[in-house]
Amino acid sequence: MAPELMRAICDEVVTRILANADELTDLDQAIGDGDHGINMKRGFEAIAAQAEEICGLPPGAALQKAGMTLVMKIGGASGPLYGSMFIAMGKAMTAPPDSQEDLAASLAEGVEAVKKRGKSQAGEKTMLDVMVPVLAAIDQPTDDPLNAARQAADRGLEATKDMLATKGRASFLGERSIGHLDPGARSSALLVHAVCDVLEGRA
Amino acid sequence: MSEHVAIVIVSHSPDVAKGAADMVRQMVGSEVSVAWCGGDPTGQLGTDVAAIQAAIRSVNGPMGVAVLVDLGGAETNSEMAIEMMADELQGGVVICNAPIVEGAVMAATEAAGGAALDAVRATAEEFLS
Repeated sequence: MAPELMRAICDEVVTRILANADELTDLDQAIGDGDHGINMKRGFEAIAAQAEEICGLPPGAALQKAGMTLVMKIGGASGPLYGSMFIAMGKAMTAPPDSQEDLAASLAEGVEAVKKRGKSQAGEKTMLDVMVPVLAAIDQPTDDPLNAARQAADRGLEATKDMLATKGRASFLGERSIGHLDPGARSSALLVHAVCDVLEGRA
Repeated sequence: MSEHVAIVIVSHSPDVAKGAADMVRQMVGSEVSVAWCGGDPTGQLGTDVAAIQAAIRSVNGPMGVAVLVDLGGAETNSEMAIEMMADELQGGVVICNAPIVEGAVMAATEAAGGAALDAVRATAEEFLS
């Protein structure tokens, strides 16, 4: 993976999170503690501030450094969750990825790390409801993996609306959590779209 | 400090964390080391992995450390902090599944009697049952 491509992914991911931070906060105000947008913005601004250094590293090390930055800067549960995902993906990426299989293998480790850190599974109205279907979509041969990943992210996100939250702050709301999109699922979908769009040359 | 399990209190709010630590000191005395932290890296409500590590480090000893947390992110960030500093910890460090104020006082009371980390944790967690 060329350094320019890594930098493009990094810049686009930061841009999308910053552009949608208010929406993430609005979603989180409905069912959480209202800080998801602020926290994600802070974390990805910290990545942007170190983008040159991060993108100068091999992809695996770059992901680990980006993950560690999120862990240290975010200050909410999304820090360790996204941080653990990036760190695990980076550790799995012992060589630069050059195939769909490589990316799927790395993402599989990332998703496992999120499950472990959050003591959670898909179906509990969390970021896993996007990341698990995205992994499933690219973990098999397909003609258009990027589009499959985007569609899986969108469907996964939409499905969180009717789910009952049993993890995190939203679980305090019980039945009242139903009817709202999950903010963590939304931020995961933003990241998936950003990465896919860059890989496809759309952004 | 090394004769007793130490207590670390991690809250989203520095006021809550400090207040819980004050209660421990007043009710249990000063033979048990207590450290606290609260607030995210910018001082807003939240938790800060680096601050949690510093708090654990400040009371870390061979008897170990019992950590009391409040809501979700405090627990997740504490788990992350502990994993990241595994190499430098002398005793064990455990997160107690207990209410932060009551758990801290119960844990410290048990620790003051010289109990081991497992017993300190069990006493804090009895509050749930």
